[in-house]
Amino acid sequence: MAVIKLENLTYTYSQGTPFEKTAVNNVDLEIEEGEFVGVIGHTGSGKSTLIQHLNGLIKPTSGNVYIDGVNIWDKNVKLRDIRFKVGLVFQYPEYQIFEDTVYKDIAFGPKNMGLDEKETDERVRSSAALVGISGDMLGKSPFELSGGQKRRVAIAGVMAMRPKVLILDEPTAGLDPRGREIILGQIKKYHEETGSTVLLVSHSMEDVARFAGKILVMNKGSLFCYDEPPKVFERADEISKIGLAVPQITKVFSLLRSKGIDIRSDVYTVEFAEKTIKEYLAAHGKGGAADA
Amino acid sequence: MLKDITIGQYFPGNSVIHRLDARFKIAITAIYIIMVFSAKSFISLGAAFLFFVIAFLLSGISVKLIIKSMKPIIPVIIFTSVLNIFFIDGVTVFELFGIRISDEGLLTSGYMIIRLVSLICGSSLLTYTTSPIILTDAIEQMLKPLSKLRFPAHELAMMMTIALRFIPTLIEETDKIMSAQKARGAELDSGSFTDRAKALIPILIPLFVSSFRRAEELALAMECRCYNGGEGRTKLKTLVSGGKDYAALSLSLLFLALIMIIDLGRVVL
Repeated sequence: MAVIKLENLTYTYSQGTPFEKTAVNNVDLEIEEGEFVGVIGHTGSGKSTLIQHLNGLIKPTSGNVYIDGVNIWDKNVKLRDIRFKVGLVFQYPEYQIFEDTVYKDIAFGPKNMGLDEKETDERVRSSAALVGISGDMLGKSPFELSGGQKRRVAIAGVMAMRPKVLILDEPTAGLDPRGREIILGQIKKYHEETGSTVLLVSHSMEDVARFAGKILVMNKGSLFCYDEPPKVFERADEISKIGLAVPQITKVFSLLRSKGIDIRSDVYTVEFAEKTIKEYLAAHGKGGAADA
Repeated sequence: MLKDITIGQYFPGNSVIHRLDARFKIAITAIYIIMVFSAKSFISLGAAFLFFVIAFLLSGISVKLIIKSMKPIIPVIIFTSVLNIFFIDGVTVFELFGIRISDEGLLTSGYMIIRLVSLICGSSLLTYTTSPIILTDAIEQMLKPLSKLRFPAHELAMMMTIALRFIPTLIEETDKIMSAQKARGAELDSGSFTDRAKALIPILIPLFVSSFRRAEELALAMECRCYNGGEGRTKLKTLVSGGKDYAALSLSLLFLALIMIIDLGRVVL
């Protein structure tokens, strides 16, 4: 059964005023449990609005949201329980930190869930370890940490709730390449270790292509496509047309194709590209040239 | 929900009211406030309100917006009028569960409601039709004579401009932080009074932290552009007054005089 199901989801900002704007337009979507989904779209494509529907922060103008088969806007559903099930990490989450120690801030979510001391302690320590926050940092004030560390503390704060679905809105925004690698690696590790569903919102097609099992592309509030990366990048030309950058390597391959070289179009990582080129050269009797 | 606050919002337009010199608009609003508070009868209050209605019709601002600006002060209005009804002595009109309601009380709270409503209407019309920048500019100009007495007119105006500029930013930020804490299971709108007060901590602390950060960044940006206070500073847009401004000011003074005459007449009669 799909862990997230959206039915004809539509959301209009400031309805009935001159500022009216449809941010999400008639989206139908089913996301299976355990999936790692990359969510891609332009600024203003409605991806941030879309993900805020998934834990009930925004009530859809029309349409339904099902989490685990439960319509979250049913009368007898407690939204708070949904929020523990669907953990949402906002953009620049370090600005939500408020406690005087790192430990207490990570424990805020678990405490709200009503967990006992022992369980909370275990969760705080394990999620801190998962994002590479060492034990001696837990007693420090979060405001003494570096920007990247703060962000990891904030992410750990949501991970500690052990949500079935973890959604991260541009977790790497404003970080240097090393910081990005660290955080993306940790999210990947979290996905592998817990087997939970992860939605990663990003601007970078490269990052998404590398980590995600499925890619969701939003365009002007509508769902452009939701599919596995090879299938998505087969439509590289269309994706470029709606103003999204496909991975550099995919661009190189589509250029090669336009020059009349018959090579596959669903290439989106450098590793796979290398393999493909070698295969192509071998098949065309120029094998070994790449190694020389 | 925080986005519903309209106080201090500006709605651009090109009406006569929009084009009036902001200094005159402030003066006229002040005269209007004097009208509202000096009026001692329903007729003279009506005259003051008529003055507002004329200005309102000229401004082209929608009725909806004026009503919206009233929303936040409804509790204040109800509270003060209820207090007045119950606690002012006079001739008893009727009794309810042993509480006497007097004619004086009803009258006073009636005045109170009309005064508060016209006050908010009038002052929101000023902010609706004048951009915050021009408004503070006008205040600076009006306070300038005081700077001879070492009164920091420019600094005050600059602080007001900055404060106004950051209201929407802070509202947006508060919304974001509230969503983020709700996502971690914070309960903001249920529980006992102390629970709710405690629930504010996770919102206020991040808000303070980011305000200080913003303030530091802004100070740095201003210093980088060699800002060093008001001395020798020129303006890109200078305020210009003309015939229509004097006409509007005369009209408001006329109304004030009218109101005073009406009330005087009633006293004499």
